Amino acid sequence: MSPSPVPRRPSRTRRPPARRYASRVLVTVVLAAFTVFFVLPVLWLVLAATKTDHQLVHGNPLSFGSWHALRANWDALTAFQDNAILLWLRNSALYAGISLVITLCVAVPAGYALAMTEFRGRRALLVATLIVMLMPNATLVVPLFLELNAVHLIGTMWSIILPYSFYPFGVYLTYIYFTTAVPRDLLAAARIDGCTEFGVFRHIALPLASPVIALVGFFSFVANWTNYFLPYVMLPESDQMPVQVGVGTLLSSVPSFNPTVGSLAIERPQLALATLVAITPVLVVFLFSQRFLVAGMLAGATKE
Amino acid sequence: MTVTHSPVSSVRRRSQGARRQRRAGTAFVAAYVVLLIAFGVVPTAYAVYFAFSNAQGAFTGFDNFVTTMQDFRFVPALGHVGLYLLFWLVSLVVIVVGLALMLHRLASGGAGKALRFLFYIPGALAGAASVLVWLFVLDPTVSPVSSLLGALGYNTFGEVIAPGHLPLLFTIIAFWTGAGGWIVVIYGALNNIPKDVMEAARIDGAGAWQTAWRVQIPMLRKWIVYMVILAFAGGAQLFVEPQLLSLASVGVAGRDYSLNQLSYDFAFQMNNINGAAAVSVELLVVSLSAAALFVARSGFFDAE
Repeated sequence: MSPSPVPRRPSRTRRPPARRYASRVLVTVVLAAFTVFFVLPVLWLVLAATKTDHQLVHGNPLSFGSWHALRANWDALTAFQDNAILLWLRNSALYAGISLVITLCVAVPAGYALAMTEFRGRRALLVATLIVMLMPNATLVVPLFLELNAVHLIGTMWSIILPYSFYPFGVYLTYIYFTTAVPRDLLAAARIDGCTEFGVFRHIALPLASPVIALVGFFSFVANWTNYFLPYVMLPESDQMPVQVGVGTLLSSVPSFNPTVGSLAIERPQLALATLVAITPVLVVFLFSQRFLVAGMLAGATKE
Repeated sequence: MTVTHSPVSSVRRRSQGARRQRRAGTAFVAAYVVLLIAFGVVPTAYAVYFAFSNAQGAFTGFDNFVTTMQDFRFVPALGHVGLYLLFWLVSLVVIVVGLALMLHRLASGGAGKALRFLFYIPGALAGAASVLVWLFVLDPTVSPVSSLLGALGYNTFGEVIAPGHLPLLFTIIAFWTGAGGWIVVIYGALNNIPKDVMEAARIDGAGAWQTAWRVQIPMLRKWIVYMVILAFAGGAQLFVEPQLLSLASVGVAGRDYSLNQLSYDFAFQMNNINGAAAVSVELLVVSLSAAALFVARSGFFDAE
């Protein structure tokens, strides 16, 4: 954007200082209140994992328990169904990981082709992608179950990996990236030099696409790791559950929520610890790629 | 582009190149098209097929829709989801836009950036984790805000999760996890408003309120619509929140609360696949229409 030719006015239009001050205070108070709202539950969760159940009920909610209690909670948690939590984490990593690889192998060439080549049905495919992308992923869970049941995939890990791998948002992001960031002439030049179509993709487009590959990978991983409904329906056996569903079942083993559990009980601090463990991978990815996220969520805007 | 004046050989080469490109384009999207058909088109067709037939596979017209709508849980579930959507969309529009405007006015780099990130962190707890955290926060015996709950007159978990409170509680949970991402999006859109426009408003003597109301919010319209449509389609699919709440309250609250739960129940508790498919088709129609309307009318996806 070119600087405006109008000379800047030296002084701002002033409002009465008292009103100005009051509005500043109001903004500060509102922002502070919402900061507490967003942060307090996370902080509480982290601290809860370090306490005994007794401390949780009777102590200050925002105090640190002890390393010893944290250790004891971890031991009790892993003792539940003989290391079930570790198995769930492994499952989550496996499902989200394999889906991630397939998603990238499928979505990046597709987005590239939609943006940079002409073929029959391109326009229709683009519109279909946009519509499916805006549909929430819970919409198709029960129909997917019916379909996969007919081909006997229910109860196998493919019943969630394959649906996860269908990721129209990834195709859209790649499409946007190529249309905006990579000039078509560059590819045309390579073609004139005798490059095959696959060669153009492999040697010219792909090296330029690393930012969007990271972006698609990030969103796909987070979406799959946090998905609950699909695995809940497809993989009902405890030893196949991803950690999100597993933690949900832990909930029904907490006596204060479900008084009928008896000796298999899990205490509340252990449930808090399990929740924390379940989100840690996503949280870590979040902390290291905040920039990506913003870019991705603004993908629609950067087109203009 | 006209080719009539070009030498013959170049015409042939160009058309050969175009054909080669078409073939390559088709090859690049092939895997994606397979997934799109397998996990987008086929489940939709499957749901429609089941919704209009009975257990023997005979065509039954709208019988399944009538039967499910006459189920004593259907109308209440519709009402629950409707009320929840109302709360959720209003809070999203008012508070997210308000907070984004405030953060944008702060503008002084560091603080605004830190706050946006803090608001965004609960997004990492999407899915089951956010519900678990809020079950704790809403349980007066362990809550960090138990004094606040007590001041409102709620001293037991059962009182807090009384059925009348659920739309509000689910709104709070959804807002807590989802608002941060939307604040980032709206903030980014605010940044895209040309400096000249803001400068002009200031020179004309517009204060913060007037600038927000007459300049910024009208220019954000497209993004607000985007947010509302996505949140509407997603909110209609409510599942994990009531499902986990019903686990935590041993079925007292949240059982058969939402339409997706009802669909799940038809399929897996009552063995009425056709009824489940009918509810799914209704939800599909809602989210497909929302998506199609948006793609067609918003101008967001004017790809070419």
